[in-house]
Amino acid sequence: MSLVFAGICSHAPGITGRAHMADPEDKASFYEAFDGMREALEATKPDAVIVIAAEHFANFFMNNMPAYCIGMGEEYSGPIEDPEWLGIKRTKVPGNPDLSKRIIEQVLQDVDVSYAEEWQFDHGIAVPLNFLTPRYDLDVIPVNINCQGPPLTPLHRAYAFGQALRKACDAVPERIAIVGTGGISHWPATPDSGKVNEDWDRQFLKEWVANDKDAMLRYTDEETLRDAGQGGFEIRTFIAISGATEGKTATINYYHPIPIFAVGCTVGIVDLDD
Amino acid sequence: MSLYYTQKLLYELNRDPKMQEAFLEDKESILKDYTLDDEELEALRKPDIGLLYILGVNGQILMHYAAMSGYAWPEYIKSMRDALEIHGNVRAGIYATTDGKGAV
Repeated sequence: MSLVFAGICSHAPGITGRAHMADPEDKASFYEAFDGMREALEATKPDAVIVIAAEHFANFFMNNMPAYCIGMGEEYSGPIEDPEWLGIKRTKVPGNPDLSKRIIEQVLQDVDVSYAEEWQFDHGIAVPLNFLTPRYDLDVIPVNINCQGPPLTPLHRAYAFGQALRKACDAVPERIAIVGTGGISHWPATPDSGKVNEDWDRQFLKEWVANDKDAMLRYTDEETLRDAGQGGFEIRTFIAISGATEGKTATINYYHPIPIFAVGCTVGIVDLDD
Repeated sequence: MSLYYTQKLLYELNRDPKMQEAFLEDKESILKDYTLDDEELEALRKPDIGLLYILGVNGQILMHYAAMSGYAWPEYIKSMRDALEIHGNVRAGIYATTDGKGAV
């Protein structure tokens, strides 16, 4: 089989942890968009979902930081954060080591990835799963792109990584969903928390919707830090989805800056049937 | 300046509830295992969340130590803003503010 679903979404911890502090209408409209994404994902009847995330020092630190890592565990756990702080209960999440192994073996043909049989999800994966697989009954394959501890993988490699993942998905019989989760412009966990560069976000999303590879790969990290904050480095997760769906356009189902969530909240789905 | 080890301590603390218990019980028993200078030790002991931010601790690590230390989210943000007034902008890492002030 191949990809049956591809999309992007936000993952900021405030989405669940500070939900009570948000404008009720903002919260309701964004949660509704997440519900729509879950329904679209479920309708494609995937056997597993690959979540391309940008974790925040839950498993990987600067003593041995992989640019790319793919999970190969029997099961995963999370959230690693205080469940009350994040607003998500601790749980086990099923993995699929056999499928992971086949995907990793294929990705290694093109990109040198590390793998992990142990993985504690932080909000970067726990928040999307809270909305997309709330019963934790779908096999998850976590993927991490280092977006936190420079030096970071170049954007063109994130695109190539997505292409390699797609080849791997094409090579297995299972029905695979893939979700990239990150922020666009944001300055999380800083005094600038809540700041969003909406113009920058909309420009990037326009390029992402068109799968305009050249435009998306032209950003330098220096420009991104200046215009989109250190959180902007997470565009690598969205770019990887573009690499996995090269030639396809997409739809932004939701975009709205919600300051208390510290990000321009986003849900987007790739039009795989075009 | 041993920012690496300051962050490593907090990274290990964030992912290990037993270590958190031991740390809250007796901070020195944990601090002694890391190569830290006096300013870092003081910031960790107090805790001075604002100073740890100024020293360059990545916000994705620091926000959990702030929560562990009893800071509500608005207090955490305020501690960083206040520290910018006292110490000037962040000394290292990618979590410096763009204008040295904080926008919101």
